[in-house]
Amino acid sequence: MSEIREVIIKTDKLATDKYQVNMGPQHPSTHGVLRLLVTLEGEKVLNVQPHSGYIHSGIEKMCEAISYPQIIHLTDRMDYLSAHMNNEAVALCVENALQVEVPDRVKYIRTIMDELARLASHQLWWCVFGMDLGALTTFFYGLRDREHILDIFEETCGARMTVSYSTPGGLMFDIHPNFQKRVKDFIKYFRTKLPEYDKLLSGNVILRERTEGIGHLSYKDAIDFGVTGPSGRASGFSCDVRKHNPYSAYPFVKFNEILDHRCDTLARYEVRILEMYESLNIIEQLIDNIPEGDYAVKMKGVLKLPEGEFYQRVETARGEFGVFIVSDGKKNPYRVKFRSPGFSNLFALNNMTKGHKIADLVAIMSTLDLIIPDIDR
Amino acid sequence: MTKEELISYLTGNFPEAEVKSGAQYAEMTVKASDLHETAVQLKDTAELSFDYVFCLTGVDYAENMGIIYHIESVEHRHTIVLKVRTADRLNPVIDTVSDVWITAKYHEREAYDLLGIHFNNHTDLRRLFLEDGWGFPLRKDYVDEIRIVER
Repeated sequence: MSEIREVIIKTDKLATDKYQVNMGPQHPSTHGVLRLLVTLEGEKVLNVQPHSGYIHSGIEKMCEAISYPQIIHLTDRMDYLSAHMNNEAVALCVENALQVEVPDRVKYIRTIMDELARLASHQLWWCVFGMDLGALTTFFYGLRDREHILDIFEETCGARMTVSYSTPGGLMFDIHPNFQKRVKDFIKYFRTKLPEYDKLLSGNVILRERTEGIGHLSYKDAIDFGVTGPSGRASGFSCDVRKHNPYSAYPFVKFNEILDHRCDTLARYEVRILEMYESLNIIEQLIDNIPEGDYAVKMKGVLKLPEGEFYQRVETARGEFGVFIVSDGKKNPYRVKFRSPGFSNLFALNNMTKGHKIADLVAIMSTLDLIIPDIDR
Repeated sequence: MTKEELISYLTGNFPEAEVKSGAQYAEMTVKASDLHETAVQLKDTAELSFDYVFCLTGVDYAENMGIIYHIESVEHRHTIVLKVRTADRLNPVIDTVSDVWITAKYHEREAYDLLGIHFNNHTDLRRLFLEDGWGFPLRKDYVDEIRIVER
């Protein structure tokens, strides 16, 4: 008897030793090439050190060598799920610098495309979130509905993800004659499907057990770490750029900023679900009222920004995206900086996971909704 | 505070700094030696309470390096652009503000990685994206040996 006890005590000792494991860069739940160096004590997470740079592509450096309309196409490749918002940020920044006022038609179409992209991104987030927690069905539900939006994108501009639809001065093309009908059909369809998301996953006992009270990010930490988007709003940080610094057609629509003060993984989950309803509301207010007019302003062949510094903030699906252009009056920028939401969100991870189990790390990281090219650029 | 109120407040309270009205935001340029003290004041003064750094950019100007902080106050919803220049371009050194704003810690690591700006008193100044020994690609005199970027 005493021998067995000795063995058990020894094994316990082994299990409480601190050790480090690499999670990634090829781990399925990092959704890209991100390496986390995790310090563990048994199953308990003590420290998480993110190591990024695996797909650093030097986009900011490349931007210094190309013209402003060309930059649009690089921004697609950063946060590929919020491609349209990234395009719009650069387009708005250049338009502000040149003091070009785009027609209302452009503003309306941009906003509708923004919200469609946000829906598509949240749908994909929802389906991989379920999958990370072991619920594979959600993956098929989410991708089924996302396909409808990608089809609309494809018909509008030829691309399904890297849309490059906004350009300085307006849009690349006018909308397809079917656009309004298809969007309305989609809203009607998705209004019947979105409650299914709740039925399937939101009330699930396993999901609630694994998310409630897990990954606490306090209001103060959210601001200190600069965690924005749905992740920040789930900590009560009112950071919606669409509300505080409205652009495009957002001043014309009524919508709520979804705030939650529970600060945990479940709150981040529910904020995103509720944001999908808000996106549907925004599209419904705009889709029947797209004004007639031009889809772009005539711009010069070569765009030269005046000397100075220009900043534009937009709200992407994962938070605040910013474009900062330093211009010296030439046709290519002197310096471009992209403030990507994923970058700031990632570094709050260590703070959120301390003391939780390694399986919770997967759930917490999933609710941060990280896109690695957005972090590495 | 509105932009105008903010500018007059800053002009009155930061006599050492150069305050002007930019196209979008109020802009304040400080000396490198005053940076840390200014950062603490910007955050801790109740009327200002700038607590949310949403962008930190390093820029290689021909004669020195510039660091540009975009800071917002969540409580008052006003925004400021804080600018500072280093004395030297080849070995740029500046005080860290990561003890004031945590998020700056990671943005400063990025600036160190891509521009080689050294931040004094930074607790964890390592390369972020690139490996040790790589040059500083966002410097204007960076030679791209394998020609990824066509000029």
